[in-house]
Amino acid sequence: MIVEPTRLGIRDLASEALAGIIARPGRSTLTVLGTVLGIAAFVAVLGLTSTATSQISVRFTTLIATEVRVQPTGTVETAGRTTGPMFPDDAEARVERINGVQSAGISWSVGLDQVPGVAPVSTLPPGTGTAADAESFEIMASSPGYFRAIHAEFAAGRAFDTFHNTHAEPVAVLGEAVARRLGITRLDTSPTVFLAGEPFSVIGILNQAERTPEALLSVITPAGTAEQMWGPPSTANTPQMIIDTEVGAAQQVGDHVSLALRPNATDQYDITVPPDPHTLRDQVNTDLNMLFLTLAAVSLIVGMVGIANTTLVAVLERIGEIGLRRAAGARRRDIALQFLSESAGLGLLGGLVGTSLGVITVVAVAVVQEWTPVIEPVVTLPAPLGGAIIGLLAGLYPAWRASRIEPAEALHR
Amino acid sequence: MITDAVIEFDGVGRTYPGPPPVHALQPTTLTVRKGEFVAVIGPSGSGKSTFLNITGLLDRPTAGTYRLDGMDVDTLGESERTALRGRRIGFVFQAFHLLSHRTAVENVMVPMAYAGVARRKRHRLALETLRHVGLGHRAQAMSNQLSGGERQRVAVARALVTRPSLLLCDEPTGNLDTTTAGSVLELLDGLHRDGQTVVVVTHNPDVAAHTQRRLLIQDGHVHETTQGALA
Ligand SMILES: Nc1ncnc2c1ncn2[C@@H]1O[C@H](COP(=O)(O)OP(=O)(O)OP(=O)(O)O)[C@@H](O)[C@H]1O
Ligand SMILES: [Mg+2]
Repeated sequence: MIVEPTRLGIRDLASEALAGIIARPGRSTLTVLGTVLGIAAFVAVLGLTSTATSQISVRFTTLIATEVRVQPTGTVETAGRTTGPMFPDDAEARVERINGVQSAGISWSVGLDQVPGVAPVSTLPPGTGTAADAESFEIMASSPGYFRAIHAEFAAGRAFDTFHNTHAEPVAVLGEAVARRLGITRLDTSPTVFLAGEPFSVIGILNQAERTPEALLSVITPAGTAEQMWGPPSTANTPQMIIDTEVGAAQQVGDHVSLALRPNATDQYDITVPPDPHTLRDQVNTDLNMLFLTLAAVSLIVGMVGIANTTLVAVLERIGEIGLRRAAGARRRDIALQFLSESAGLGLLGGLVGTSLGVITVVAVAVVQEWTPVIEPVVTLPAPLGGAIIGLLAGLYPAWRASRIEPAEALHR
Repeated sequence: MITDAVIEFDGVGRTYPGPPPVHALQPTTLTVRKGEFVAVIGPSGSGKSTFLNITGLLDRPTAGTYRLDGMDVDTLGESERTALRGRRIGFVFQAFHLLSHRTAVENVMVPMAYAGVARRKRHRLALETLRHVGLGHRAQAMSNQLSGGERQRVAVARALVTRPSLLLCDEPTGNLDTTTAGSVLELLDGLHRDGQTVVVVTHNPDVAAHTQRRLLIQDGHVHETTQGALA
């Protein structure tokens, strides 16, 4: 090389692009309008989506997210006779072996009276006192794991255990409301209640049952005891299993329950899992959002055409300048880069303004709705860059045209 | 080889491929030495612009060899020719070609960006050059607020700011009235007296009268003419 090459440095390129943009502020403003609208729409739609989704997430508590309910649907052959839908005897143990299960319990309501599941409960033995002394309460049968599964807490005493269950012990746990109605507050006196005339020792008073608050209004007996005394559950009072899972494991547990319960007949159970948070987000993301995103995309394309058009006009207007620059040492690529950076600069400008407008929209809507605005950086940070890329693409053809201009022709005009 | 030659044409010709092919510049052999002030004259369509384009490395000859500052420029690649153009040749055109949204001094700074002059030096150098062409007081004026004569002075300053070995002017007074044209010619005269090599392509006999050497082009043939041979 006998001469040092000429080139336009990156800072000169940037200041040329900036000068080109601010030389005609009105035209530049109109040019970037499409890009501004498109980027603003994208940021607003995605921002509003994540804001709305987070609202749902707030309501979507961990309690709901970690609960799986199972209901048998088919009938079961036991010892030659067909009984109602049921769970295998070791259902609790089978389910608890599934990964992600904290505890599981089965319960059903015991029907003893005309009103299914409701029976007179009294602290007095049958034959003593008046009918008014007996009040009707819901009687439930449950496996021992039930209490853990519903996050039970006791004001006094404790839950019954496997021993009570397998030996069909006549013990009962009272919901707090029932205990209050019956006047039972302490257990050190070993109180007894009569359920439809049968004596049961009260061993616990329940004052918290997060998953099934109705348990506080019930009398709960061991499943084994209830079955021996009043027979197994029937189609009228189907048993239900509640599974307490680890956070995030509910969907997966739901998938495995049927197989764990009855490996040879997996269609025997109705399994209710909490909605997948991702599914929720997807639901929010559908329909209307697709429409808006499509409009945003259309707007971006319009914006791109706008930038391309303006840049092409600028190239044609500035043929003399291009020729002069070529004479002054600009290579073809310097000319191309100059117009490319000008169009990319326009796009970046549109992207920045559009992103700001989008964020303002999201915040404004959130304030009006009294929501917490949630704008993910994954959306906002690349948005201005998206504008720049649109500008860059829009500038490709005009820049190529500019670089093909012959200085000899351009200068003699 | 002549050591102080700026332009050396050895049988340089330019034929535009037809059909029919146009012999815009017939094979020409000539030398322009350092410090010469040369006018290239001739009727319209005779080949003046063709001559200027080849001399200014804006076009390549189809015949012969062209040496600029002793370098055989025909064998160079496009980016090398561009570099030579930027560093060794200053151009002044009839249409000025100033950037309209920039000040006079900003216009003068343009070629220095390509030549890689440090950014902080550019403004000072541009101002100095503007003062040299007598426009120091208009340095901050927007170029579209300048008169025609002032614009052409800015263009001359822009051509000179990279200290080229050759100043090439194509009809520099073509857009100017007689008085203004005269002042621009005086400027070129002054540059010549300072030792600058200047080649002016023109129709204008007044311009040609200023120079000590004239090349007359007719139908692509270049003739040396003597003073007073002009009609
Ligand atoms: N690109 C080209 N292709 C074909 N012929 C060309 C081309 N450029 C110039 N010519 C022809 O070459 C000849 C010389 O043209 P040139 O532009 O050099 O003339 P000129 O002396 O500059 O004329 P003017 O004084 O009108 O500017 C003319 O006949 C012209 O038509
Ligand atoms: Mg011409």
